[in-house]
Amino acid sequence: MQHGKYRFIVGFLALPLGLYALFVIWPFIQSIYYSFTDWTGLSPEFKMVGFDNYSRMLDDDIFWKSLQHSLLFALLLPVVTIGLALFFAFMINVGGRKRKNGPVITGVRGSSFYKIVYFFPQVLSIAIVALLFAFAYNPDSGALNSLLRGIGLDHVQPLWLGDPDLALWAVMAVLVWSTVGFFVVLFSAGMASIPAEMYEAALLDGANRVTTFFRVTLPLLWDTVQSGWVYMGILALGAESFAVVQIMTTGPGGPDYSTTVMVLYVYQKAFRDGQAAYATTIGVALLVVTLAFAAVVMRLGRRERLEY
Amino acid sequence: MGSTSAENHGTEGVGRRDLIKRSAALGLISVPTMSFLSACASSGGDDSGDKAKAGKKTAKNPLAVNDTAGMEFVLFDGGFGKEYAEDAVKIYEKNFPQVKVKFSATQKIQSTLQPRFNQGTPPDLIDNSGAEQMDMGVLVGKNQLTDLTPLLDAPSYDDPDKKVRDTLRPGIVEMGQFDGEKVWILYYAYTVYGVWYSQKALDSLDEQYPETWDQMLAVCAKAKKKGMAGWTYAGKYPYYLPFSLYPMIGKVGGREVLDAIDNLEPNAWKHPAVKACFDAYYELYKKGYVLKGTPGLDHIQSQTAWAEGKALFIPNGSWVENESANVIPDGFDLAVSAPTGLDSSDKMPFGTIWASGGEPFIVPAKAKNAAGGMEQLRIMLSEASSKNFTGKVKSLTAYNGGTDGIALTPGLKSGVAALDKAGENVVNPRLQDWYVQLQKEKIGVSGLGEMMAGRLTPAEAIKKIQAFADETAKDDSIKHYKHQ
Repeated sequence: MQHGKYRFIVGFLALPLGLYALFVIWPFIQSIYYSFTDWTGLSPEFKMVGFDNYSRMLDDDIFWKSLQHSLLFALLLPVVTIGLALFFAFMINVGGRKRKNGPVITGVRGSSFYKIVYFFPQVLSIAIVALLFAFAYNPDSGALNSLLRGIGLDHVQPLWLGDPDLALWAVMAVLVWSTVGFFVVLFSAGMASIPAEMYEAALLDGANRVTTFFRVTLPLLWDTVQSGWVYMGILALGAESFAVVQIMTTGPGGPDYSTTVMVLYVYQKAFRDGQAAYATTIGVALLVVTLAFAAVVMRLGRRERLEY
Repeated sequence: MGSTSAENHGTEGVGRRDLIKRSAALGLISVPTMSFLSACASSGGDDSGDKAKAGKKTAKNPLAVNDTAGMEFVLFDGGFGKEYAEDAVKIYEKNFPQVKVKFSATQKIQSTLQPRFNQGTPPDLIDNSGAEQMDMGVLVGKNQLTDLTPLLDAPSYDDPDKKVRDTLRPGIVEMGQFDGEKVWILYYAYTVYGVWYSQKALDSLDEQYPETWDQMLAVCAKAKKKGMAGWTYAGKYPYYLPFSLYPMIGKVGGREVLDAIDNLEPNAWKHPAVKACFDAYYELYKKGYVLKGTPGLDHIQSQTAWAEGKALFIPNGSWVENESANVIPDGFDLAVSAPTGLDSSDKMPFGTIWASGGEPFIVPAKAKNAAGGMEQLRIMLSEASSKNFTGKVKSLTAYNGGTDGIALTPGLKSGVAALDKAGENVVNPRLQDWYVQLQKEKIGVSGLGEMMAGRLTPAEAIKKIQAFADETAKDDSIKHYKHQ
């Protein structure tokens, strides 16, 4: 029986692994190779320059700023987004009061409506969301400042995206707004598969909502939370932060580089400044950061899995 | 009830779920950050041998274009649209009836053409413009462009006794040079930069356009009393400010100051004229003459606020007339002026203005039919094609003249008048085409933008900008240029 097993596995895996190697691994290797050249991206000629790009990167203030912002995105966004999503999902699925003749475990009133509302931003492309908010943040005629004026706060008229102290937070808020719904739905699905008896038992023991959440819901949902955490972090390091920063903030990259992030810097170096080799160098740094992030989350989050 | 699973306990071995998660993670990062770069990886050129053979040189065909070889033309589809180029292509096809020109227009110049440069198969003529403009310095530095001197020395389309170069506006040929005699770029449009305003609004204040800074402040004070801000600008893209600030520096301190800045000379920004002009602009902010919230507005938003009469002046280029056509009200009476100076001790007279080429056209070095690309440009530089462009998109072209007999819009008319008034006093700062990042992000956003938002004093801004310029001068990854 055993001797055929490996041939069987190899037979099944060869094609996908081959595709994976060709379209994922190979570009990686190529990019790392290009980071040791002086390739411009605008001509086929280049030569090897050793570690020049790397030493230049270490001296590059804008690189360090973008690294700092990217790390902030990767650390803070998952905390806020997942925290909010857990809270909303709990309220929608478990947090409601017991109603007469209803099920024991239920969400707050109108929870199915909220679920749709939360998920709604997900159906919009991030580019549209970014544009919408760019208008809302317009200090002259935008919704936010008009609202402030409307409630009599005429003297509080922030510049939002034009203010280096606010711009980064303004951009992050948009990402939270647009992604929280996805996690609400993800966690709702996770919560739905937790047996109701567990909650009933907790209720019989006199547990309140907070205790129920921390003692029952969160431990049973841990795997989902961890995956969501990694997913959100990678999103925040990559595609989504690029889109919002590129579309919404000035420059782009914000007033005085206050919102620049690593992916944006890769893009600018490759496609604006004609320095594709240096861009791949920053890309390699981004790869390292992302892998390190995933590794840290996986390690910190390791715990016994409960089965039910 | 719950039991702990055994499969995921050990330190060695990866659970099935983890494997999936990790590979997903790898895939997710790899795709956006890495593959897209390698997608345009070079694969060498096969450029030898398939270039079009030269045709017969005649009076009608001075560039010896092969009358059977195909020609490919890629245009930036921006504010000027593509009709003007299509019209010129029709003339090419009429002159060479056996040829069908492959014409395309796109906003994505770089993503469309970068791979083709890397493969050594670029088109024959490119309008390298827009947000995705390919870096000219790199293209020149890597020998990717054809020297356009044969075109400039060819007889012009209208008059066989005149060379093409003699029909062009001042500055066009120099702008196409980087170092040395060779001309790499032909700028087709001709942009007038300066201070744009509504003549009607100015009349309603009983004021003339101010020639000295004291008058400027007086006009702004009067406007403020009427509830109108003096200035606004593209706060998110403060590199629009130089359109009036740089010529002002040139006017106050002389051309050499601007040249020194372009040449990245040490302490070029510490010239007293720079400080005086920065102080003058900063005063606009200090006195509250800049429209509130301006630092958070982008170019469209600021132009709209200005067109609605919320602000009197805006630094901009002559494309603003076309770009803001749908928000500029009737009777606005758009006008442009050369920037206000300080006082009568300025080195250059009032009227000193920044005007220069726009819409850069290039013929790649590896083009199959470079002569065809140049011939297409020669057609576009004829009087008829130039008039066609000006009439359609309200902008001047590199062709000197060609405005007779067409109805000029108010802004264009005012631009032509400003050029007439300037005469020889046209300045052409080159930072924006030589050092894009320095000009836009560093000087623009981090220097001028911060100063005009009140977060830097002029002295601090100058110090910061000088540091940026020194940094660029030291950076070997950037090609450096000097005024000849």
